[in-house]
Amino acid sequence: MATLITPSHFSAIEDAEALQKAFKGWGTDEKAVIRILGYRNAVQRKQIREAYENVFQEDVVKRLESELSGDFEKAVYRWILDPADRDAVLANVAIRKSECDFKVLIELSCVLSPEELLAVKRAYQNRYKRSLEEDVASHTAGDLRKLLVALVSAYRYNGEEINARLANSEADILHEAIKDKAYNSDEVIRILTTRSKAQLNATFNRYREDHKLSITKNLLGESAASDFQKALHTTIRCISDPHKYYAKVLRDGIKRIGTDEDDLTRVIVTRAEKDLKDIKDIYYKKNSVSLDDAVAKEISGDYKAFLLALLGKQD
Amino acid sequence: MALTDEIQTLTKAFTGLGVDERSLVTILGKWKPEERQSFRKGNPNFFKEDERHFERCHEDYVKRLEQEFMRFKKAIVLWTMHPWERDARMAKKAIKKGPEAYAVLVEIACSRSSEELLGARRAYHSLFEHSIEEDTSRYIKGSERKLLVALVSAYRYEGSKVEEDHAKSEAKALANAIKNSDKKKLLEDDEVVRILATRSKPHIQAVYKQYKQISDKNLDEDLEVALILKETVQCLCSPEKYYTKVLDEALKNGTNQKIRKALTRVIVTQADADMKNIREEFQTKYGVALSKKIEDTACGSYKDFLVNLVARGN
Repeated sequence: MATLITPSHFSAIEDAEALQKAFKGWGTDEKAVIRILGYRNAVQRKQIREAYENVFQEDVVKRLESELSGDFEKAVYRWILDPADRDAVLANVAIRKSECDFKVLIELSCVLSPEELLAVKRAYQNRYKRSLEEDVASHTAGDLRKLLVALVSAYRYNGEEINARLANSEADILHEAIKDKAYNSDEVIRILTTRSKAQLNATFNRYREDHKLSITKNLLGESAASDFQKALHTTIRCISDPHKYYAKVLRDGIKRIGTDEDDLTRVIVTRAEKDLKDIKDIYYKKNSVSLDDAVAKEISGDYKAFLLALLGKQD
Repeated sequence: MALTDEIQTLTKAFTGLGVDERSLVTILGKWKPEERQSFRKGNPNFFKEDERHFERCHEDYVKRLEQEFMRFKKAIVLWTMHPWERDARMAKKAIKKGPEAYAVLVEIACSRSSEELLGARRAYHSLFEHSIEEDTSRYIKGSERKLLVALVSAYRYEGSKVEEDHAKSEAKALANAIKNSDKKKLLEDDEVVRILATRSKPHIQAVYKQYKQISDKNLDEDLEVALILKETVQCLCSPEKYYTKVLDEALKNGTNQKIRKALTRVIVTQADADMKNIREEFQTKYGVALSKKIEDTACGSYKDFLVNLVARGN
């Protein structure tokens, strides 16, 4: 379930005018920006962008970029974009980091539905005049490239049918590969990057039944895991239990506050309209503190206020 | 018509690509048993004298005849299908058939537009409840697997923007790979696959040009050691050249069924796409119009239908 709250009355023109008022003069009325944008869904935000363009002949996104700063600006910028466009931007940022932030690409290709991933790829081509696949391919190498390119290229079958015999044989293949530490085998990559999600979950379940240990636990083992192992691990978690995965990313993100807020912003901004409520529930179960409280404790200022708004804080 | 002429006409009616239905009707329709016997006796290609004193069909006579009768039907069925379904079904058949059919996968993955290939992938979902990349990676085993999976999964940028320095460096990378292809097989080279399977078509065409500049050779010819790579580059850069060659092979005498099948496939799939370019290329390369070649080699409704399709794009 979503955490985003939206008002019953909505007028794009009123919002555009209120935003303009917030920009006028010295400084910016950040509270007003949060009060408006923090409580509008994707359709409404799009209408606000259009209304602002029509009334003031200006791109409100560019205006926000210049009026706001820091983590607050980053968060609002990502929030106001269309979801597919936003994900394209996040993917590009991840690719261009000196060490590709592969978990962002894995989230994109494994949590989103096949049609949503397709929309992101279109948005990416529109924005960067190159395909997501070619950028991922040219910025990665070796096994990681094999995995990531296959993941972002996939257009998985989205039906619910499963073949139990196949789940059995492919669970065995995965088990053998993990046992032999042959994580980068073509078969492992083939199974994880081409099978439908329903089929994969059947396979993971079968794995757990047969070997008494979940595949993710089996995968990481005791010794330090390579980046590629971590990537496989993330892939499986994103497919089998994205809520639990995101709760962990948030937990790690909160620990890293002061150094890198990207993960925290990304998860909250991308999931607020989808399933942030479910993620919060798991967060609370695992950490005995609500995500809202954790955010309120570790962050300050407009950035905090904005995140709390997206987390469902009543206005 | 004298009987000998009729026999000759009838033989011809069975010998081309497709069958000349009108001759079959007018001649066979009136022939009495003795005339049909003359036909059998006078056609050692189709019939042989059995020890028990009757003119018996050669083993493949019936099969060949059925293939030729089917040609028109198959063309119509393929033509009336939605292009997405057409491509999905052809892909499925090719995956099952194995190495001899990989070129069909290359055609679909490389000569269609990004949206057409995407459509084929959608249709594949509907028809077969699996994704095309799922089946390609599952059933194709050999060294072509990496390339084919990557090609069918592609969703290439379709704009015209090309970064020339990337094209230059990638031409160099390909030149290197080709130079070292005795040490490391081209199909195993990740860079070769990456460039050919992810870059946009305009980009690859720029790479082709840059390659010519640095090596004074043609990229597709230099990749010939792995034929499928040559076909990939041709389909991406100059599909009309690729298809012209395939058509010429199909229209030759004495070729096998697999090569002849390409005639229907190429004409039906290209009729609304690249037919004008293919016609022009065929005329330039072989000095004869494609439609004339078809008139000479095919017969009956099949011939008429193909000639009709070839005339498109005027």
